Amino acid sequence: MNIFLYFSNMIIPLLIFYVVMHGVLQKIPVYDVFVEGAKDGLKTVVGILPTLIGLMVAVGVLRASGFLDFLSSILKAPCEAIGFPADLIPMTLIRMFSSSAATGLVLDIFRTYGTDSLIGKIASISMSCTETIFYTMSVYFMAAKVTKTRYTLPGALLTTLVGVAASVVLAYMI
Amino acid sequence: MLNILWATMMVIGVGWGMATGRMEAVTNGALDSVKEAVSLCITMLGVMSLWTGLMEVARQGNIIKKLTKGIAPFVNWMFPDVPNGDPAKEHITTNIIANILGLGWAATPAGLKAMESLRELNNKCDKTNYINKKNDNKNCDREKNLDGCREASDAMCTFLILNISSLQLIPVNMIAYRAQYGSVNPAGIIAPGLIATFISTMIGILFCKIMYKYSKSHRKIKELKGS
Repeated sequence: MNIFLYFSNMIIPLLIFYVVMHGVLQKIPVYDVFVEGAKDGLKTVVGILPTLIGLMVAVGVLRASGFLDFLSSILKAPCEAIGFPADLIPMTLIRMFSSSAATGLVLDIFRTYGTDSLIGKIASISMSCTETIFYTMSVYFMAAKVTKTRYTLPGALLTTLVGVAASVVLAYMI
Repeated sequence: MLNILWATMMVIGVGWGMATGRMEAVTNGALDSVKEAVSLCITMLGVMSLWTGLMEVARQGNIIKKLTKGIAPFVNWMFPDVPNGDPAKEHITTNIIANILGLGWAATPAGLKAMESLRELNNKCDKTNYINKKNDNKNCDREKNLDGCREASDAMCTFLILNISSLQLIPVNMIAYRAQYGSVNPAGIIAPGLIATFISTMIGILFCKIMYKYSKSHRKIKELKGS
């Protein structure tokens, strides 16, 4: 466990060290090149700010209106019938929109049920095998100026569904 | 698609808030979200610039080229419509590698760059179609051409589904949270997490491969390549 954390803390500094060293050895004017490249990042971020504002407002409004809570209460019965704990519904739904909001809910679950309970385990595994669908889609497609997304959403929902289902099965097994 | 989704979210949110008498909370929710979006962007400005700067150094030092070669067979197989040597392939590769290593802050910039390159590629294809097509009604065709640019290419769909299916090998954040909340075995979720990630990614790949089979634009590009 500590090895993993140690390793993950090492990745970024080592990566920077490697890239810079490699550049110096190749006799590249590293700082000039870095500054030139950094400008590119600036442009991309400025380009996605409007999208981000639009999407986050929509999520914020939806969350504040209490609609998501209502949705979980409707889905409660069918979910429990297939062995999916109802307390995980808000987290699973929010996960599709915002990673940080979902993390907040997971920590709430850890506090209430413990990390090693069935619910805690499902939450841990499903958080690690799913992504924020709507956030990723809107930001990436905005960069490509695409409005017709074709089969992306069905595919994304399918992989997420499979991931969550696998998490439940695996959590029951361990 | 996004237009409808966004409008639906807004309308349901406001409508529901009105019906349940939570208009004040909705107002605050909207204002807080705007603040959050801007502060997120400010954080991202630094991270993103650091990353793209560093990647420019890596690119000029040919590191990216070497990595691209390493997973080229997989990328070629997943993105048959992206020609070899196109910058899109480089960015896709960087994004996939960063995702696998769990460097989310590095994956997003590369992903955005990949989408921009894929868009250029998409426009190029549209232009060839435009030239190949009849030239008698130029204005009409040009409008269609513009419309075509707004549609996601197969490569874009595949790229996003692959990203959303999650490629991360070690969920470091989750392990840290579990440790913080007193788990007996915080890293115990690595193995099941890996299996679940593997399964969902496999399903995602399978789905994309099936969609490729029925895609008209993919067939067209194949024909263009063949002739």
